[in-house]
Amino acid sequence: MKNNVIEVKNVIKHYGDVLAVDGVTFTVVKGETLGLIGHNGAGKSTLFKMMLGLIPLTTGEISINGAPVHGSAFRELRRSIGYLPENVVFYDNLTGLETLKFFASLKSCDQNKCLSLLEKVGLTHAANRRVDGYSKGMRQRLGFAQALLGNPRILFLDEPTTGLDPEAIREFYLILNELNTQGVTVVITSHILSEIQERVQRLAVLKSGKLHALGTVQELRESVNLPLIIKVRHHCSQSILQSLMQEIALESIAVSETAAELSCHRTHKMEVLHKLSTLGALIEDVVVREPSLEDVFLGYAG
Amino acid sequence: MFNIEISQIKVIASKEFRDRIRNRWVIAVAIIFTAFALAIAYFGSAQQGEVGLRNIEVTIASLVSLVIYLIPLIALILGYDAIVGERERGSLDLLLSMPITRLELILGKFLGLSAALASATLVGFGLVGLLLAYQINLDALYHYMGFMFSAILLGMVFLSLAVMVSVISKDRARASGAAIAVWFFFVLVYDLILLGILVLSGGSFGEALFPLLLLLNPADIFRILNIFSTEDLKVFYGLATVFPASLSNPWLLGSMMTTWIVMPLTIALWRFK
Repeated sequence: MKNNVIEVKNVIKHYGDVLAVDGVTFTVVKGETLGLIGHNGAGKSTLFKMMLGLIPLTTGEISINGAPVHGSAFRELRRSIGYLPENVVFYDNLTGLETLKFFASLKSCDQNKCLSLLEKVGLTHAANRRVDGYSKGMRQRLGFAQALLGNPRILFLDEPTTGLDPEAIREFYLILNELNTQGVTVVITSHILSEIQERVQRLAVLKSGKLHALGTVQELRESVNLPLIIKVRHHCSQSILQSLMQEIALESIAVSETAAELSCHRTHKMEVLHKLSTLGALIEDVVVREPSLEDVFLGYAG
Repeated sequence: MFNIEISQIKVIASKEFRDRIRNRWVIAVAIIFTAFALAIAYFGSAQQGEVGLRNIEVTIASLVSLVIYLIPLIALILGYDAIVGERERGSLDLLLSMPITRLELILGKFLGLSAALASATLVGFGLVGLLLAYQINLDALYHYMGFMFSAILLGMVFLSLAVMVSVISKDRARASGAAIAVWFFFVLVYDLILLGILVLSGGSFGEALFPLLLLLNPADIFRILNIFSTEDLKVFYGLATVFPASLSNPWLLGSMMTTWIVMPLTIALWRFK
């Protein structure tokens, strides 16, 4: 498909006897944000490094914009790729501005844009301070500014929000959202699953080097088939509740005199809601909760 | 096959050079060179019961003996960290994700560090050269310049070896150990082995082979380059007896030094994964 920006085909990576990545295949289309999740050691960083052409593949194929991730064609492409490594490290003796200028000159992009990039990530006040005086969050923000050098069309962000405070995380995703609307393709990893859940179009779940699942958040939820949680505030007697549960295959998680937490298969959702509505004033409130991504993640990668 | 972008080499090289200027490495080493050179120039004849600035050619000979120990050590200390340091700190991946090849990175590091070492050598020994200027004739000036130039070449050889060690080593601790081992081998052990063989064989061991073996050690090439540049000192050092004039052509010696610079860098590139 011509819209495919990143194509990963049957990629296998061995480190000696260790199989780090085992037959992974997926594509990322233009303007898409793909979230890569998995436990430590699942093969996320190895996959990242292979997509960036930093380490060779044992077998398989990776291409970006149709070209393999090595050779002189890929060197040109690197100018339009932004990369933020996990736990980014800079040169302590340089200031934030000098750091950006150094990478800008390597990417042959306009050094005059460095100050405005620092402003974008909220580091203007520290532009002329040496990086060794930066906090973890400030380094991460500098790393993000570095990844944005030269208006990249593809972004690889490895745990980009580590060390950021909630406000900075919000600002980070605002910028990412803006880039998304401009057609920038993003591959992102994060351990904060509830955070990534709202921000990505599709998720790839890695487990022991294998691609365990791939799809939208909704598709993953449905395929893993976790039950829905239904919370009810009620004035029913125990016997009414018991008969209701037997009738429509509800399972009780916790039941008290005025509240009940029940679970049911998602295919029974409408039936359950209908039955509850027939109880009229006995039911005060109903909340249906979808399984969280954490549930899916644990279901898949746990 | 090699698609080299000079601008990328320049970016890395100027960063390395600027770092060494900024952290005062260049000025510190220049001061060390000046101090040693001055002491040698001034006190060098103390054994003969006299002190003071003497004949520049004798001074050069003494400086050669100093430089042969000092410059390889300084170059190895300067360069062993070049690649392994980036890898251990975790900044290598980001660097290599830029539009830069491994060859450009290695050359940039090597040339930037060479520029720093060359500046320290030129400033350090140049100052002493200026002090000796009043007694320098054109010939002596030529020799002194030759000495400084060959000292820079010697530094580049050991920087090249240091970069190779830095690429091959798994971590900084091993790299520093390997760098010290390289220094011991070329500066101390190699000549002792040759000398041992010569003595044990009663001087009969390969008259033709011995000079060639000397050419396999960059420190010895440096010594020969400088000793043979001055007629008086050839005899003074007794080297002429073991080293044929046919092999003392400065162009041959210079190209041997160049080979010593290129070879370790080539191995470094080959092993840089």
